[in-house]
Amino acid sequence: MEIRPILSALMRSKVSMILIGLQVALTLAIVCNALFIIGQRLERMNRPSGMNETDTFWFGSVGFGQGYDATSVLKSDLAVLRQMPGVADATTTNSVPMSQGGWQSGISLQPKQKTSTANSTMYIVDSHALNTYGVKLIAGRDFKPEEIEDHPFGDRLQPKVVIVTKALADKLFPNGDALGKPIYLDEDPPTSTIVGIVEQTQQPWIDSDTIDNSTFIPAFMPYGSRTRYLVRAEPGRRDEVMKAVEQKMSEANPSRIIGKVRTIEQVRKEAYDGDRAMAIILAAVIIALLTITALGIVGMASFWVAQRTKQIGTRRALGATKFDILRYFQTENFIITTLGLLVGGVLAYALSLWLMHAYQSPRLPWYYVPVGFVCLWLLGQAAVLGPALRASRVPPAVATRSV
Amino acid sequence: MFAYYLRLGWSSLKRNPILTTLMVLGIALGVGTSMTTLTVMYLMGSDPIPWKSDKLHIVQVDNWDPAQPYNSDGTPPDQLTYRDAMAFMQAHKADRQTVMYKIQMPVQPENDSIKPFNSLGRATYADFFAMFDPPFKYGGAWDRGQDDQHARVVVLSDKTNEKLFGGADSVGKRVRLNDLDYTVVGVLNTWQPRIKYYDLTNGSLNSPEGFYLPFTTAIELKAGSAGNNSCWNNVTSGWDAYLESECVWLQMWVQTDSAATFADYRAYLDSYVAEQKKLGRFARPLNNRLLNVREWMADQKVVSSDVEVQSGLSLAFLVVCLLNTIGLLLSKFMRKSGEIGLRRALGASRRQIFAQHLVEAGVIGVSGGLIGLLLTFAGLAIVRLLYSDFARVATLDWVMVLMTVALAIVASLLAGLYPTWRACRIVPALQLKTQ
Repeated sequence: MEIRPILSALMRSKVSMILIGLQVALTLAIVCNALFIIGQRLERMNRPSGMNETDTFWFGSVGFGQGYDATSVLKSDLAVLRQMPGVADATTTNSVPMSQGGWQSGISLQPKQKTSTANSTMYIVDSHALNTYGVKLIAGRDFKPEEIEDHPFGDRLQPKVVIVTKALADKLFPNGDALGKPIYLDEDPPTSTIVGIVEQTQQPWIDSDTIDNSTFIPAFMPYGSRTRYLVRAEPGRRDEVMKAVEQKMSEANPSRIIGKVRTIEQVRKEAYDGDRAMAIILAAVIIALLTITALGIVGMASFWVAQRTKQIGTRRALGATKFDILRYFQTENFIITTLGLLVGGVLAYALSLWLMHAYQSPRLPWYYVPVGFVCLWLLGQAAVLGPALRASRVPPAVATRSV
Repeated sequence: MFAYYLRLGWSSLKRNPILTTLMVLGIALGVGTSMTTLTVMYLMGSDPIPWKSDKLHIVQVDNWDPAQPYNSDGTPPDQLTYRDAMAFMQAHKADRQTVMYKIQMPVQPENDSIKPFNSLGRATYADFFAMFDPPFKYGGAWDRGQDDQHARVVVLSDKTNEKLFGGADSVGKRVRLNDLDYTVVGVLNTWQPRIKYYDLTNGSLNSPEGFYLPFTTAIELKAGSAGNNSCWNNVTSGWDAYLESECVWLQMWVQTDSAATFADYRAYLDSYVAEQKKLGRFARPLNNRLLNVREWMADQKVVSSDVEVQSGLSLAFLVVCLLNTIGLLLSKFMRKSGEIGLRRALGASRRQIFAQHLVEAGVIGVSGGLIGLLLTFAGLAIVRLLYSDFARVATLDWVMVLMTVALAIVASLLAGLYPTWRACRIVPALQLKTQ
């Protein structure tokens, strides 16, 4: 391969070479890191919540007026909901995964423990909760209807029994013998006994470090005059049931307001708004960047082809084949791109280090850069192909003209 | 001369339409992308109340669990307990002060044709209005006396007033909230601070509430918080126990008009905590803070790291676009070597060649800037679509429009500098020989 003449030609246009090389370098650094960020976001967005998201929706109710008895409204609402056609089940709850609002508390294994053993979110629900959420019980049992106690708002919760997620059970009892064990929701006795373990249920906060630590507490506890409900419709009937529920609930009691009825799919979508936006914006930057770099290579190569038309003609006249000319420009591009990529590889890791330092983001996995190398080599070769083909079509006769 | 160069530049650009389009689009894309992200970052971080942001301070004391700090970085809670907030209000050591929290109440219109609706409100003191300067459309704030009397008065937002009274002057009229009547004393004009800096606990981009009640009234009615509430020790049951507890759920701001008042307030907080330590509270080290609005926004990271990373990456993208333009301009000018040599031979000075080509680069910059401006508008529209709550931080004001065009021109002149310098270094004799 005729590397030497290519190099000496490149040395004559150092600046252009450096410009293209730098573009390639920056492109590699940005694309690798941006792709990595996009990957992380997509991974975050695809974490399962543990509950049935397709058939469920939730809503709140706020009562007003003297003598509004939220607890009895809660019970009669649940009775109405469960009898409605198309409703698979319904429960009272204070929160759902991804809703970004809820109750978080420490759980201890000893009385008066200084620092709690684990943090958990508390879902305050009734005996229909597991069936409504659609979470899978993997050990123990569900709540019994008689275990659901009435609690006025502001009361200390001291449930006799609780159901926890597997993640929380493993955190509290690493030996895997959580079932039947007592835990402290407060500093003092009484304790609550773990009667069931569910596979997975996320906390309401998507940024939580302990997102799978959740506890179900059996209680009818309205928040003042506010009550909330989670409903699971029969498969495929969610939207129709939602409308009917909104109508029915408003009619059932005139001295209250039914809040916005929202599907859990909407809750998920809103929770991950920021991550989705970040991924889309970065993807747009990547596409624009690759386009600009490719066009830059096309522009520069076209210029070189035009500048060297006469030399190309001479080479052709001296016996070089079309393929030789094509290969010349492709090799030239390969050399420039490779130089740029070497610098870009260093830049990519440097940018990743800076992101780790400034934003506590994880380290860029090593394979992003080699994959980036291959992609940008291909991009460079594809971009230079057009001008190189044009060069290869320069007729040998050009050499004899205009001399 | 300038007009002549402009004409020369124009005809030179017309000769290679594809190359010219490439350069203009490169600048436009780079400018459009970076201005979109920079605008969001600038508006999020910009001072929401520049005329007094250094006088307003949020009060923070650390009553948290001795076993573990409130925030992992050791900073104190962002909110106060009821008992501390009340002690600070009664001490009245600042020029103005208010304690507040978010509440939620059903609004029951007298007019039966309007369905009752739920509204977020703010329970606060009379000083709130003098401190944060919301504009009034009708009436005004309640007074400090009404704070003391737990008066049943209300200030409505313009939206709530629109809903209830069709936008008419409702001062003196009655509004029914959760089955109790309140007298309207004031109606706000449209008030949309870009950042809800006075209460960042539930997101910085939320809209202001629909109504305002005296704090004392809300406490008397036992209206629980609709915002954040954090507790670290056991709370016994009941409202009174809650008020006495170590739970933090209230925001407190003070206005200090002079450096002396500010220093006095600091000293007062320190002595208060020292006093409380003697009573067995505040077991953590002294950790009082009195951040002003801008310090508070920085502390609470109002400009999210996502927005910063986006801005950084788009600036790097702009650099790539500029490198691209430099390369293309360079090849373009070098291609004209013969023409430049001819002009030089005919008597054009280096300075004239330089000016001519810089004008050509400038033409590219201006066109790129104008298209970039359009792209910025489009980009911001997309950002508003992507982030549902960015409506007020993803818009262009005049400053940013001028910045956009300026950025494009400066960028393209910078990009044009080296190729232009190379162009005017062309030796005429050499070029003429090869013709």
